[in-house]
Amino acid sequence: MSAPDLALWVYLSRTPLLWLTVTLVVYVIADRASAAANRHPLGNPVLHSIWMLGLLLWLTGTPYRAYFEGAQFVHFMLGPAIVALAISLWETRSQIARAFLPMIAALVAGAIVALTSAVAIAMAFGAPRDVLIAIAPKSVTAGVAESLGGDPALAAVLVILTGVLGAIIVTPLMNGLGLRDWRARGFAAGLASHGIGAARAFQVHPTAGAFAGVAMGLNALFTALIAPFLVRLLLD
Amino acid sequence: MIVSVTAILLCQLLGEALARGLALPAPGPVIGMALMLGLLALRPWLAPTLPREITNGELESASKTILAHLSLLFVPAGVGVVQNLDLIARHGLGLAIALVVSTVLALTTTAFVFSFTSRLLGEAADTNGSPP
Repeated sequence: MSAPDLALWVYLSRTPLLWLTVTLVVYVIADRASAAANRHPLGNPVLHSIWMLGLLLWLTGTPYRAYFEGAQFVHFMLGPAIVALAISLWETRSQIARAFLPMIAALVAGAIVALTSAVAIAMAFGAPRDVLIAIAPKSVTAGVAESLGGDPALAAVLVILTGVLGAIIVTPLMNGLGLRDWRARGFAAGLASHGIGAARAFQVHPTAGAFAGVAMGLNALFTALIAPFLVRLLLD
Repeated sequence: MIVSVTAILLCQLLGEALARGLALPAPGPVIGMALMLGLLALRPWLAPTLPREITNGELESASKTILAHLSLLFVPAGVGVVQNLDLIARHGLGLAIALVVSTVLALTTTAFVFSFTSRLLGEAADTNGSPP
């Protein structure tokens, strides 16, 4: 690069505008591709946006902190999005109220299986204690792992990976199992894969999206309640 | 649009304040969602006092616009993960297998228990439209 080019780059790379815009451009491309592929599970826009952006950061030698200066405006919208879920819950309220018992049964069974199976399998592979605690709340949020003494950075990675994995697996898995009920499919996506699973559910069907939103909220509360007890039971 | 976004942010702000102030176990945005549900429930009675945008469907369309692109909102955190993939690599194949198998088990259990209980109670499933 010549000196003026370099000066321009140095200037732009310091403003939030650059990486905010790049995040949106990359997402729009990934989302269009996903729509063109008829929302094929492997065309997941979260998955493709993150590797493309990761590659761009690596190629330009941009540290994550500098990237996040711009991307934080997108990240910030997670809070308002949770509030906005109220609209979809409200519009499906009669369907949700009628499914009260199936939701509670699925919540208890699903949350316990999500936590115990992850810890038990990692344990069988000889993972150390702080890693086992980090994987325990993988379907919900890294916050729980931190409060139990797990590795918070690893927990955050595991939570995001579980989200992307679930969002990709859920459609072929449910089709394979012959489960056609949108309520059950959405509830499973939100329970096992939090907001990324819910995002997938909203792309596929409005009923699935609403039930995924409920499952995500319920499991966040339920896992926070049972994790300390289950982790002690499994590890001690 | 701006009134709807303001209403959403107000709910979240109140939610954060309540969560902090009363040391509630749920995070602020979740309390904010509960407040928004309360607003929606009371809307027919509050209608004369509320801004037009809250009652004419604009709040709905603003919320749906945000939710339609829920995927986008996870991208910044996801990019952080790409830079920390070595954390997974260090713990090897075991963690990867644990994640995949456990996610499949959790999805399967949840969906089966849901539809089994629902059928036991004689509820109708929602199967409108074909899965992609």
